[in-house]
Amino acid sequence: MATHDIRVTVNGTAYDAQVESRLLLVHLLRDQLRLTGTHIGCDTTHCGACTVLLDGQPVKSCTVLAVQADGRQISTVEGLEKDGKLHPLQEGFWEKHGLQCGYCTPGMLMTTCALLTRSKNPSEAEIREAISGNLCRCTGYNNIVKAVQFAAERLGKEA
Amino acid sequence: MQPRTTPEVGGMGHSMKRKEDPRFIRGKGNYVDDIVLPGMLWMDIVRSPFAHAKIKSINTEKALKVPGVLAVITGETLAKYNLHWMPTLMSDTQMVLPTEKVMYQAQEVAAVIATSRYAAADGVDAVEVDYEPLPVVVDPFKALEPNAPVLRTDKKDKKDNRIFHWEAGDRAGTEKAFAEAEVTVKQDLYIPRIHVASIETCGCIADFDRVNGKLTVYMTTQAPHAIRTVFALVAGHVGLSEERIRIVSPDIGGGFGGKVPVYPGYVIAVAASVVIGKPVKWIEDRMENLQADSFARDYHITAELAAKKDGTITALRMKTLADHGYTDAAANPSKFPAGLFSICTGSYDVKKAFVEVDGVYTNKPPGGIAYRCSFRVTEAVHAIERVTDVLAQQLKMDPAELRMKNFIPKEKFPYKSALGWEYDSGDYPAALRLAMDKIGYHALRKEQAEKRARGELMGIGISSFTEILGAGPSKQFDILGIKMFDSCELRIHPTGKAIARFGTKSQGQGHETTYAQIIAEELGIPASAVQVEEGDTDTAPYGLGTYASRSTPVAGAAGALAARKIREKAKKIAAHLLEASEEDLVWETGKFSVKGAPSRSKTIQEIAFAAYTNHPPGMEAGLEAVNYYDPPNLTFPFGSYICVVDIDRGTGMVKIRRFVAVDDCGNIINPMIVDGQIHGGLTMGMAPALLEEISYDENGNIQGGSFMDYLLPTAVESPSWETYKTVTPSPHHPLGAKGVGESATVGAPPAIANAVVDALAHLGVKHVDIPITPEKVWRILKEKGVAE
Repeated sequence: MATHDIRVTVNGTAYDAQVESRLLLVHLLRDQLRLTGTHIGCDTTHCGACTVLLDGQPVKSCTVLAVQADGRQISTVEGLEKDGKLHPLQEGFWEKHGLQCGYCTPGMLMTTCALLTRSKNPSEAEIREAISGNLCRCTGYNNIVKAVQFAAERLGKEA
Repeated sequence: MQPRTTPEVGGMGHSMKRKEDPRFIRGKGNYVDDIVLPGMLWMDIVRSPFAHAKIKSINTEKALKVPGVLAVITGETLAKYNLHWMPTLMSDTQMVLPTEKVMYQAQEVAAVIATSRYAAADGVDAVEVDYEPLPVVVDPFKALEPNAPVLRTDKKDKKDNRIFHWEAGDRAGTEKAFAEAEVTVKQDLYIPRIHVASIETCGCIADFDRVNGKLTVYMTTQAPHAIRTVFALVAGHVGLSEERIRIVSPDIGGGFGGKVPVYPGYVIAVAASVVIGKPVKWIEDRMENLQADSFARDYHITAELAAKKDGTITALRMKTLADHGYTDAAANPSKFPAGLFSICTGSYDVKKAFVEVDGVYTNKPPGGIAYRCSFRVTEAVHAIERVTDVLAQQLKMDPAELRMKNFIPKEKFPYKSALGWEYDSGDYPAALRLAMDKIGYHALRKEQAEKRARGELMGIGISSFTEILGAGPSKQFDILGIKMFDSCELRIHPTGKAIARFGTKSQGQGHETTYAQIIAEELGIPASAVQVEEGDTDTAPYGLGTYASRSTPVAGAAGALAARKIREKAKKIAAHLLEASEEDLVWETGKFSVKGAPSRSKTIQEIAFAAYTNHPPGMEAGLEAVNYYDPPNLTFPFGSYICVVDIDRGTGMVKIRRFVAVDDCGNIINPMIVDGQIHGGLTMGMAPALLEEISYDENGNIQGGSFMDYLLPTAVESPSWETYKTVTPSPHHPLGAKGVGESATVGAPPAIANAVVDALAHLGVKHVDIPITPEKVWRILKEKGVAE
């Protein structure tokens, strides 16, 4: 199996890694960089538990090869908190009970983080559409919507 | 209920933010696949492509040459230690790895141990298995025909495919009531096979320490203590005695019943670690999870009601065929092969009832576990709530009116049901009335009539369910003989903070918060200062775990009673400190004071300090208590749900326009968490009603084996749920609580199905089996000539 030397920047820190061609980005993050906040929930790109931002765009890291991330910027849930201050989405999920088992939460946070970057004040329908590629089995989504609305409002005030 | 404690203390009734969330929102949860141990190896599993086949040979030669592959474990390997079969929780037997034949598609055939995740998968691809296909039995009705192949050839005396026959109630009296009835209705229903599909799949790390002879297993289990005992019983003969087994259940990414059973993968990983002497990690992928783990439901039910012309229900009869797959690996209490299906008289005052269930073997994965419900309650509720609507339609009565007419009246509680349960408390009309008010029932009926006149399809569906939770009283409830109590060990530190350990295991329910709130309620120690731990069998007290909504009814009660024991001792210490007699002390949250002299008081913190620094002569130092709670009865939460659907005549698509859920789970510990449980349960109830089914073709090939075909609801299909409460405390639970985690999964499906049938009733439709897919509806519309 051919290996490749790659450099990825994850949450602002550059990492050099030697990877097999077939290594999935999610396994690079979890197994090699030990950033285990990004989870794996399916094999078919449906559940979204592995969602990370690749150059700002949400991608399902179980369907991206590590080599495809070479030279690019990756953001994961571990990078959301800045200087000991939670991201408004993290606060929103906590405040509005937007999580239960917590397994889908990192993917939800990254997907909605990208949503709030492109849409400052999304409607409920927009939020639901945005997270339709992220499955949650616990919350019924009601409070995830509220969590995102909370964060949008908070970000609006900060802006 | 107004909270009795301040928000700072955070006892019952406070919507306290969850204590577990800071780690989850930062990606710092600790799920099993996050754990890496030094020297850890990986396991992956070879699975059968056939539903029924003889294994002629397994060739591991090529696999063993794959770089990184260290070993291949087969049934023959395990047979050397007599570990190739294991008992199920229902006292049936299940293969760990086969030595002769496979019994369902995706059954474990061999396991590859390797130095990495990828090498193990390469090894799986290189194992060569030669199969000889055998006749496949998929249809449970055909399985009982005289010429059906007998599947369990391993059981010497087995001559057919019947697993059990179980019945309850008064057969003769019920037959008489039906014979004399003015009206009878009969409905066949199929409650399809579904899968809990928690977003985290199952897995473990088995770590056998050869020096100490100790096995530690980190695993996705809802019932770590029971698992430890099962491991000790199964593997005691190879030296794994119970004190040398430690099961750790770390953070669990959803359970819903799917993480109760012992799956072969866990046992193989343990065997591999014992043989190799290194930690072995096994994490199943989603397809393995859907294809091989325990399923739920798969009940073929014939439900009948007898009634008077005025709508008074006089008798109920249900006959069910339960497809269990190739072994009965359900996770019911042992004396209940069909779980608590006999709750099927529901919320109604039915005088005569008879119910029977036959369990059958087929070439499908084993199970019969719950899908977020208490042992077959969902099947029972779906049957009664559906057939009640069939009766309403037959009598041309409004389904709400028919329900109101037949509800068990409030004054009849505690109520003894015809099938033997003693319902603890209820006020069913109040819940239905509230739901009707909130949704605007009568206005909706008017709108429906107008729409119908215009040819539009709109339906309103009601479900007035009663659950049965909190298994259970030791007289009737055990799993493999272990009584279904649960436990709390509570220790108060000198500075007045506490640690509370429980025999249950949260999978997202928020125990770290709600249990702390129970302690806060009882002792006045702020919930924020109560550390809750579960899931490690080396430290937590023995308990039967979290499923069937039993945590609050059983372990929550244990927490309250342990706290009350502490309070008793605290009273003695307070009397000593205040130089007063115990009789003269009064308790108000967080302190004892002298009657008539409120300034003379000692807080629980002062008392705790004294317990370690100045305890009364003759008293043991310290302040801790243990309670093993054996519930006197089960709890019976209830509710009324009303659903409004619109149906697209072009596509057959059912859209839930509104859904009002009124729940009564008794007294509430954390309203925010209770609402969250209901929201989640509603979406998980909508799932089998509209989307989810695992079916098989005639060769036993699974048709819903990945998320490509097995459709979980997304945020787009889920409506914005509207939730309300009535509060009828349980008279026998120390906190008046009843449990809530599964009410909505149980109550929602018939509300949705009833709404769809209601939308189509004027076309002559009496029933539609779930899942009500667009295709199914479109075919009906086409047949009735109304498809656009």
